[in-house]
Amino acid sequence: MSLAARLRGRTHAAYIAFLIHRLSGIGLAVFLPLHFLALGQAIQGPQALDGFLDWSRQPLVKAAEAGLVLLLAAHLTGGLRVLAIEAGSTRAMTRAVISLGLAASLAIALMFLLGVWS
Amino acid sequence: MAEAVATLAVSVWRGGAEGRFVGYAVPRRANQTVLDVVTYIQQRLDPGLSYRFACRVGMCGSCAMTVNGRPRWTCRTHVARVAGADGRIEIAPLANLPVIKDLACDLSAFFDKWAAARGSFVGTRTRRDDFARVSPAAPQRRAVDAAIECIGCAVCYAACDVVAWNPDYLGPAALNRAWTLVNDERDGAERARLSAVAGDAACHACHSHQSCTEHCPKSLSPTSSIAGLKRRTGLAALTGKI
Repeated sequence: MSLAARLRGRTHAAYIAFLIHRLSGIGLAVFLPLHFLALGQAIQGPQALDGFLDWSRQPLVKAAEAGLVLLLAAHLTGGLRVLAIEAGSTRAMTRAVISLGLAASLAIALMFLLGVWS
Repeated sequence: MAEAVATLAVSVWRGGAEGRFVGYAVPRRANQTVLDVVTYIQQRLDPGLSYRFACRVGMCGSCAMTVNGRPRWTCRTHVARVAGADGRIEIAPLANLPVIKDLACDLSAFFDKWAAARGSFVGTRTRRDDFARVSPAAPQRRAVDAAIECIGCAVCYAACDVVAWNPDYLGPAALNRAWTLVNDERDGAERARLSAVAGDAACHACHSHQSCTEHCPKSLSPTSSIAGLKRRTGLAALTGKI
């Protein structure tokens, strides 16, 4: 069977939601060691951490952070959706709820980018 | 609207696990099902083609195949739904099952897993007892009603990625069957059944992809049934029942 045909059976919304949940989880897992590395700067004194924090204020790093927030929000909403399904909610299985989760994730990332919490 | 082509270009899997797609030209007809197409090929073009069917009306669950990458019941799948204006159809055997020949799969593992999930009713009454009176409005009975119409076509099993990743996984149909029996108040094997479906290749292995629910030709929701089993086995483990 061709790859296109193989993928055709996996284009429904719930499968895409699964992929987003899984890939965002992998992305966060890859980021976690870098996060600890950054926090570890504090052990070497306040200057090292402050230097890193100054560096992280660059626009490109800020944009990457918004990407991380998007991953975190997508993983959170995806996880809540799976929990709701397992708790017996049939509504959580619908496209509307999947879309709502993605929209909420994008909104959270956008708000971070706009500096709502800074 | 563009007129559809008069001839379908049909690619059919020939061989066993190793094989190839062979092209056939099949006349396009009004109200033609995918099973009609396969039957035309076998009766008119290539008598050696092997496939399986019985009732032709969506009751027996024997004619499921992979049509353009999606598992489907072919007797109730109209060509107009899958072919498009270019008239191309790719027909392959169901995924996740050993191919015997061409479009016929060996469903032994699929049905063995029904048995492994304790998919048989275990009665507690004798013929001298009165009939059990089960209220149609009872929540348990409604849960059974929502899941009982499975025809055993294996479409959900073929659509399930967890089955592909873990061949020991019991699969959506067997677990859906177990869920109907767990909710059957006449059944006397709840503890054994919950133990059977609580293993690591059973209900808790489900990732809620919903491919089973998406592709089920009877519009059942094995995802919901499996979620129910997760709750029921969790509760049974907490209360020391299993």
